[in-house]
Amino acid sequence: MSNLIASTAPKARQLTPEEIHDIEHEKTHYPYAQAVGLEALKIVQKYQGWVSDESLLAVADYLKLPPDELEGVATFFNMIFRRPVGKNVILLCDSVACWMLGCDSLKSHISSKLGIDYGQTTADNQFTLIPVPCLGDCDKAPTMMVGDVTYRNLTPAKIDTILAECKARG
Amino acid sequence: MAKITVDGKVFEVDPNNNLLEEVLSHKQDLPYFCWHPSMGSVGSCRQCAMIEYANDDDQRGRQIMACMTSPREGARYSIEKAAKFRAQAIESIMTSHPHDCPVCEEGGECHLQDMTVMSGHTYRRYDGKKSTHTNQDLGPFIGHEMNRCITCYRCVRFYRDYAGGTDFGPQASHNHTYFGRFQEGTLESEFSGNLAEVCPTGVFTDKVFSKQYSRKWDLQTSPSVCAACGVGCNINPGERYGTLRRVVNRFNDEVNGYFICDKGRFGTGYVNSNQRLRVNMSRSSHDGQPSELTPTEAKAHLRAMKGKAIGIGSPRASVEANFALRALVGKDNFYAGVSDAEFGLLSQVLDIYQNRPVHAASIKDIEKSDAVLVLGEDVTNTAARIALALRQSVKNIGREMAAKLKLPMWHDAAIRTLAMDKKSPLYILSAHATRLDDIAKQVHIASAADSARIGFAVAHALDISAPAVNDLTAAETTLVNSIAADLKAAKNPLVVAGTSSLEPALLSAAANIATALANGDKHANIALCVPEANSLGLMLLLDGAQNTLGKAMQSGANEAIVLENDLYRRAASAAVTTFLTSLQNLAVIDSLQTRTGEAANLVLAAGTFAETTGTFVNYEGRAQHFYSTFKAAKEIMSSAKWLCDTEFGQEPRIHILTGGAAAILPNGYKLQKLTPGADWTFNGAKAPRQHHRYSGRTAMRAHINVHEPKQEQDEDGLMTFSMEGVPPTTDATIFNSPWAPGWNSNQALFKFQKHTGAELSQAGHGELLFDGSAGAKAWYAATVTKATLQGFAMFPLYHLFGSEELTAKSDAIQARATAAYVALNPADAARLGLGASDGVQVQNNGAVPFLVRNSVQPGTVGISVGLSGLNFQDMTTGVALNKATNWQNPKDWRAGNIIVSDAGSASAYGRGTQGNG
Amino acid sequence: MTLTNKPLTKNIEAGRAAFNFAQYQAAGGYQSVAKALTYKPRDLMKLVQDSGLGGRGGAGFNTGLKWSFIPEPDGGPRYLVVNADEMEPGTFKDRLLMENDPHLLIEGMITAAIALQATMSYIFLRGEYKEAEKALLKAIKEAYEAGMLGHNIQGSSYSLDMALHTSAGRYICGEETALINALEGKRANPRFKPPFPQVSGLWGRPTLVNNVETICNIPGIVANGVDWFKGLGINGQFGTRISGVSGRVKNPGCWEMPVGTTFRTLFEDYAGGMQDGYQMKAFLPGGGSTDFLLPEHLDLPMIPGDVQKAGSRLGTSLIMVLDDKTCPVGCVHNLIKFFAHESCGWCTPCRDGLPWAEHMLLKLEKGEGSLQDIEILKEACGYMAPGNTFCALAPGAAEPLQSGLKYFMDEFVEHVNHGCKYHKH
Ligand SMILES: Cc1cc2nc3c(=O)[nH]c(=O)nc-3n(C[C@H](O)[C@H](O)[C@H](O)COP(=O)(O)O)c2cc1C
Ligand code: SF4
Ligand code: FES
Repeated sequence: MSNLIASTAPKARQLTPEEIHDIEHEKTHYPYAQAVGLEALKIVQKYQGWVSDESLLAVADYLKLPPDELEGVATFFNMIFRRPVGKNVILLCDSVACWMLGCDSLKSHISSKLGIDYGQTTADNQFTLIPVPCLGDCDKAPTMMVGDVTYRNLTPAKIDTILAECKARG
Repeated sequence: MAKITVDGKVFEVDPNNNLLEEVLSHKQDLPYFCWHPSMGSVGSCRQCAMIEYANDDDQRGRQIMACMTSPREGARYSIEKAAKFRAQAIESIMTSHPHDCPVCEEGGECHLQDMTVMSGHTYRRYDGKKSTHTNQDLGPFIGHEMNRCITCYRCVRFYRDYAGGTDFGPQASHNHTYFGRFQEGTLESEFSGNLAEVCPTGVFTDKVFSKQYSRKWDLQTSPSVCAACGVGCNINPGERYGTLRRVVNRFNDEVNGYFICDKGRFGTGYVNSNQRLRVNMSRSSHDGQPSELTPTEAKAHLRAMKGKAIGIGSPRASVEANFALRALVGKDNFYAGVSDAEFGLLSQVLDIYQNRPVHAASIKDIEKSDAVLVLGEDVTNTAARIALALRQSVKNIGREMAAKLKLPMWHDAAIRTLAMDKKSPLYILSAHATRLDDIAKQVHIASAADSARIGFAVAHALDISAPAVNDLTAAETTLVNSIAADLKAAKNPLVVAGTSSLEPALLSAAANIATALANGDKHANIALCVPEANSLGLMLLLDGAQNTLGKAMQSGANEAIVLENDLYRRAASAAVTTFLTSLQNLAVIDSLQTRTGEAANLVLAAGTFAETTGTFVNYEGRAQHFYSTFKAAKEIMSSAKWLCDTEFGQEPRIHILTGGAAAILPNGYKLQKLTPGADWTFNGAKAPRQHHRYSGRTAMRAHINVHEPKQEQDEDGLMTFSMEGVPPTTDATIFNSPWAPGWNSNQALFKFQKHTGAELSQAGHGELLFDGSAGAKAWYAATVTKATLQGFAMFPLYHLFGSEELTAKSDAIQARATAAYVALNPADAARLGLGASDGVQVQNNGAVPFLVRNSVQPGTVGISVGLSGLNFQDMTTGVALNKATNWQNPKDWRAGNIIVSDAGSASAYGRGTQGNG
Repeated sequence: MTLTNKPLTKNIEAGRAAFNFAQYQAAGGYQSVAKALTYKPRDLMKLVQDSGLGGRGGAGFNTGLKWSFIPEPDGGPRYLVVNADEMEPGTFKDRLLMENDPHLLIEGMITAAIALQATMSYIFLRGEYKEAEKALLKAIKEAYEAGMLGHNIQGSSYSLDMALHTSAGRYICGEETALINALEGKRANPRFKPPFPQVSGLWGRPTLVNNVETICNIPGIVANGVDWFKGLGINGQFGTRISGVSGRVKNPGCWEMPVGTTFRTLFEDYAGGMQDGYQMKAFLPGGGSTDFLLPEHLDLPMIPGDVQKAGSRLGTSLIMVLDDKTCPVGCVHNLIKFFAHESCGWCTPCRDGLPWAEHMLLKLEKGEGSLQDIEILKEACGYMAPGNTFCALAPGAAEPLQSGLKYFMDEFVEHVNHGCKYHKH
């Protein structure tokens, strides 16, 4: 039941066949569609990079969930991006073990190198920098993730290499 | 019951309830935010902390949240000893609060203000930045100021969990938690206004009030009853400077409890409207020039009609006004001001309540129901408060499941989790999709006649002596068996029907079902919705006379007095025009100008509900008294006062008219119990309408005249238009707005309840005129007349916002209403060749926009009732439809205001303006 | 066959990929499933209870006893959920187990599910654990193919399904009732107990939530028996557990060791002591939500009761070492910032109290703090004490704060007007 008074409001987009396929697979695991909500948002994010209003509405339509309910879930979780992010999302661990081993200076290093602060994306849309709570790699601190890959025992030099590799991959 | 000790005081408490509610029931001051008597406990705010001691030797105790604790027999507790924690809690809650009380609409009636003071937080130590939010435009009813939020989750618990709204919720988390819509836009729930009352601070505010704001204590208020539909919710209107500023809920545990619908809350703008009649006028002929009359002259004109005129009563005027008219014109000349179809239906409603072994269900009864059949009544649009009650009824299964696990009933979240999507059965038989379909076990789309057939068959399935129906389809038989089985298995089954489908067989079927259920142990609950605030009161005053409007128009009378009525809403336009022009003398008494009034040669300005005192009889036969909130300008009088004959004195006090009506109504003696009597005083004083902090009394008219005017007198009796007197808290029947020391918000109510959340100390829930025991088992014949139709079979479509005559003239309601339209099945729309921007010519009544709705059956058409642009009374059952020529949608066509779940999709039909599923 | 004394990590070898199903089975895996199928469910629960296995998720409650609160089957669904949301700062043990021996977890789940008569099982995995996700998905698939999961497992009348749910980064999802809400697709606010999940959990049905490491203990106990398990512990304790060290130590990491091992053994023998030039100033014994302990506490055995007596909690038993060149105020600030951000926003002391505490700690670091701030910080610890909040997040957050104030008060006071004197990394 959507209210159409605001006609400029975004409309649901069409989900892609891949997205639908993956969502359908997740649905087999749960007795209620609501349980698939977060997984479906992650699927959309996997393909689109982030969850736009149009994507959120599409998932809501597909799972027959109220968009408001899905938005409540989407905005609750740290790793659902409701704003566009760069091609490479850098998740820099800023929790205590990494902090003790100098993640603050790594953060400064990345920031000055890429010209972005936490929450920002580089102008060329290559990198977004986000702090992440303890990545569970404290014995190899400091650590970060870029995309699905975890990088450990970081040093400024190592970071330079990683960023260069990412950029080369595009 | 259990005995507990709280700070040395011994209390008797219910061990199954939560400690907070029990402690409040003993009138203790214990702060809280997230708990609400209608919504249970969730324990999020942590404000209601108490100390629980393990045994007599325990000195330290253990801190508990009272709302999440069931009291233990013999246990010792302390409120005082948890004071430090409560102060810390409020201090941290207030860290991000904007402290904008001076510009906040909640100021002075703010639960947060009260609790802050009560918890002892007066000195601010936090010196950091406040977290801030952006606000949303939530439509014409509700303002949004998120920075004031204290994250108690009450809004979402009401909006979603209680009222079933889906377009609102919590977002984000930690101290950024936000309550709003996914996208800015009008809140869809018909109950959104309650947000302004459940929010303990000023996040959600009444936008209508904001535009004409006044502090709570500067409002003159009175106990009143909503005039906007047949449910009769109790309300508390507030006035300042001669204009009605707002309406808030007035607690009545049998009727509205804590909540009212948005039509009642936001629909009173007509009281202040510039369409109000404010002078009394006469003209010698229909087209002559009007001349202004003094009230005395006007009244003389009216009285001169005595003995000559017939009187046409009104379902939206009080019992007293109708009685006065009847007394003036004589019983035989007193006619019902309702359509003839409605007359038959309302007569049948009375017949059912009076002559069948059924019980008219109150809202509270409806909430307790555990199996419900809704027969052809779109309650969300015709009797919204009932829809809200039905939403509670389907939750009873969760309570049953919880009882099995011995979970306490206050444990709201746990009960919802346990029930998941399980609901007590609710069946909806309707001509179109409705706003309750989401909670229905089954929705069956059928014509009113077919729904009635199914209803009859259900009655037969429950009791074979009830008349049978022969020609059911296999699918219908399955449905019938399923409904019958669920009703039979229920402890508190309920049938809901009403007059709005204009199908008498629906009422018959509902009555048969309730009768069939009424054997022995079963409470045969039935709720029959009626259209207007006093539909039943009017019918009862006819006292069995078959004085229909049709007969009135055929009576050959030369003179007529029309009471608060626009006859064009009651009968076909042509017939009304013929009748009105045939009259030599037509007097119309009304609060707003109408088409009927335009034809009158005597027009008298009547007070609205807010300016008059009287009685309404609601859908269940509950008589309820309402008191004028303020005194109208002297040219305006209440209809009852205009009409009352000299036999009652020149200007009799209203209770004399009430007494007169009492002699006619069944169990009429009960009307006398509605008020403590006109001569009531408390310690020698009357009850003031103005708060003891009412300000500016001596100055508010100083710009007109420096002499302070004498306080207006209320000749009707027991309330004054002033601050003098004793706040009317000792008698619930004149209970005004709740206030207690330290409790300036509406939360003060518990101080006046016998038990927190339950009835007021001096009960005051009206008087039931039908006792439900009189009737004997008898059946209505299971006959359904199937008309042979030319054209489309018509069914009415009601709109909460716009269908009712007076509320439709309020700005806020207009913002949510739309122009008249028809609703069609997609295939029919295609068959008529309708394109996206076309209109539909409806018989000869004009052209209107259309809406495609998938649930509308082929060959049928939904016709909006009461919306401007089409006169529903001019419709016949078979309606001819054509594509309109030279069509342009009218300006007030706002398809987006029609919130339906079954709007035809743009792709299926090339039209993108309607709501979609 | 000699029984292993490292049942949790016996299959884990640095540099070698995790065993696939066949390799795992060849190494003695999945024996507990066949054995469990011959048991009456209640007897199996009793066996686990008798083994003395305590939950490894942080609270240490007897696992078999926790199981025993599940009601008898009523024909409806029952769930086993594995809590793999590991996000406690300083904790990295479940990651090791899942990435390197996923079949051990799956075997444990099947065996536990048999005891509980669960009809469905879920692994609730932290979203950032991509490597674990891959390993588990592969292992689940193999287990299905081998008939260990699905309909009538191993020819018995018992059927079980298993699915992996990946989360999206919220610490509170580790709290078992918040986890259940998250798994239902709701906002992960915790639920009030009672009802306990065993009675009304996932979708209102009987549910057990156990930590990864807890479940990984089950195969050994069922296959090898209670006596074997009891014999693994020292200092009167049973079994083994994974403990570890992070911070400026020579050899950070985690290792399986007998329950009852002392902190000193862990710190000196396994982690090799401090890096050169650093001294241990204090340590957090089991994650960010435990109270600091001092070097003088190193000789305590890692036993919940003993650690509690010393004023802290064993928690996850992965210790974080605060060295002498790192600011304790900054350390506490880092932790409180984490907890304030991870608060679910449900209850007041946590939602509004933690950001205030964080604000004062930041002020202190910047040299803008006052003695009154320190007083308010002290009050805040009492304000967020257990029972005052809806779940254990905020009381956990208060632990490093209150012990930090207790042990390093002079450093807090020194920060007033001066700010942080420590070298910034
Ligand atoms: C804020 C909070 C976070 C938690 N996070 C985790 C976690 O990441 N993993 C875990 O196993 N238990 C966590 N727990 C403990 C769980 O609530 C629960 O006690 C545990 O999963 C039970 O498993 P066990 O009995 O096997 O130890 C957390 C508790 C709290 C209060
Ligand atoms: S302590 Fe309260 S706000 Fe904090 S995580 Fe638990 S429930 Fe949420
Ligand atoms: S009223 Fe008890 S916690 Fe909010």
